[in-house]
Amino acid sequence: MTVKYTKDHEWVCMEGDVATVGITNYAQEQLGDVVFVEVPEAGTHYDAGAEAAVVESVKAASEVYSPLAGDIVEGNQAVADDPSLVNSDPEGEGWFFKIKPDNPSDLDTMLDEAAYKALLAELD
Amino acid sequence: MADDTQNLKTTPLDALHREYGAKMVPFAGYAMPVQYKDGVLKEHLHTRAAAGLFDVSHMGQARLHGAKAAEALETLVPGDIAGLGAGNMRYTLFTNDTGGILDDLMVTHCGDVLYLVVNAACKDADFAHLQSNLPDNRLEIIEDHALLALQGPKAAEVLARYIPAVRHMVFLTGAAYHINDIPCFITRSGYTGEDGYEISIPAAEADAFARLLLSEDEVMPIGLGARDSLRLEAGLCLYGNDIDETTTPVEAALNWTIGKRRRAEGGFPGADVILGQIKDGTARRRVGLKPEGRAPARGGTEIQDMGGNAAGTVTSGGFGPSVDGPVAMGYVRTDLAEPGTKVNLMVRGKALAAEVVKPPFIKQNYVKD
Repeated sequence: MTVKYTKDHEWVCMEGDVATVGITNYAQEQLGDVVFVEVPEAGTHYDAGAEAAVVESVKAASEVYSPLAGDIVEGNQAVADDPSLVNSDPEGEGWFFKIKPDNPSDLDTMLDEAAYKALLAELD
Repeated sequence: MADDTQNLKTTPLDALHREYGAKMVPFAGYAMPVQYKDGVLKEHLHTRAAAGLFDVSHMGQARLHGAKAAEALETLVPGDIAGLGAGNMRYTLFTNDTGGILDDLMVTHCGDVLYLVVNAACKDADFAHLQSNLPDNRLEIIEDHALLALQGPKAAEVLARYIPAVRHMVFLTGAAYHINDIPCFITRSGYTGEDGYEISIPAAEADAFARLLLSEDEVMPIGLGARDSLRLEAGLCLYGNDIDETTTPVEAALNWTIGKRRRAEGGFPGADVILGQIKDGTARRRVGLKPEGRAPARGGTEIQDMGGNAAGTVTSGGFGPSVDGPVAMGYVRTDLAEPGTKVNLMVRGKALAAEVVKPPFIKQNYVKD
């Protein structure tokens, strides 16, 4: 299991040949109370950086980008039904989608935990 | 996180906001709290359930002096100001020669003077407009007073602990009071759809009084985020979003702000346009919109009729925490303005079904007698 991060405050957890994607705790704190989530349908292909999901707080709408090119295996229906999961458990039950990357090696270019923490430290 | 509120003006409650964990954002040239630790959702619901304290010191406050101040102001607004009894307050609009809206404001008749509250982003322009058009009436711009709003069903009970008489005020009235010997001017009014008060208090005393109010169990500090969702649910316009120089009071469904006498007599900027529209109607009208489902439609969203034709634009939209669903307002072609009409809101390229409704989205809880 490998966990990586993006500069857009998403996390990617690779298990086998499937990556689970969500937003980080920092991202949910910035968003505030999440009131609406739209997740992608299984079978859809996204390029890296394409808008794959939507997350809306009371204040604003934001996009969740697909950090990797690949096919969606599953969108998290639980988070669509109960968007507050994004706030209460952003890096667990509040995941957005599972994607099968076209090139699992794309993960290597993403931030590891230390690099992501360094990024957060700069934002503080 | 990086603080992007440097070089901004601050209100007398700046230190308090930061102490209470506010997330400060730039708004109309001021550093203002958008939310506190508990977040917009809790702040919104708390205001509707108990009482919320808002710092609205960024708004413009002024007194218009002179024997004929009401008649003078009527040359700039379509509201019936001369007919306003002492102690009464009214919502009105500064209009321009083409009938557009320069700002919306509250006017309170204080006996020998009119007390005005205008929007922060418009205040410099509003005050210049008043001074240049009403040279015979001295405009006293109040820069040494904070403005606090205490809103919610518990507001009266809480404020009455300090000033018992406020309990007997009627909605949309104002009067001078003392809080612990500090002179202040209080109106029973607000921007949330709830009962409540706005308190104009000397800047030097504002922090201490805000802390007293916040020490009451019912009161929580509320940021601009919840202020916006509260006013949207209440169906109240936000200047710059829902009304501006390109919208007239008639298009904005604010005909009710133009009294019978003013309709008969005119005598305000853009009267020919506005009175003509009252008579003949307009091509578009501001309406409430209730999207089906859970997805919010934000300001700027295109509205289409059921035939797929462009039919208007959402001007304010978001999630209504008390409604527990999305709410919006916007302008539609007049043939679609009837409540119950189905329209589509084009959100991220998809048609989101919505119904035209008559705001407010919540029951307004004003104390009318």
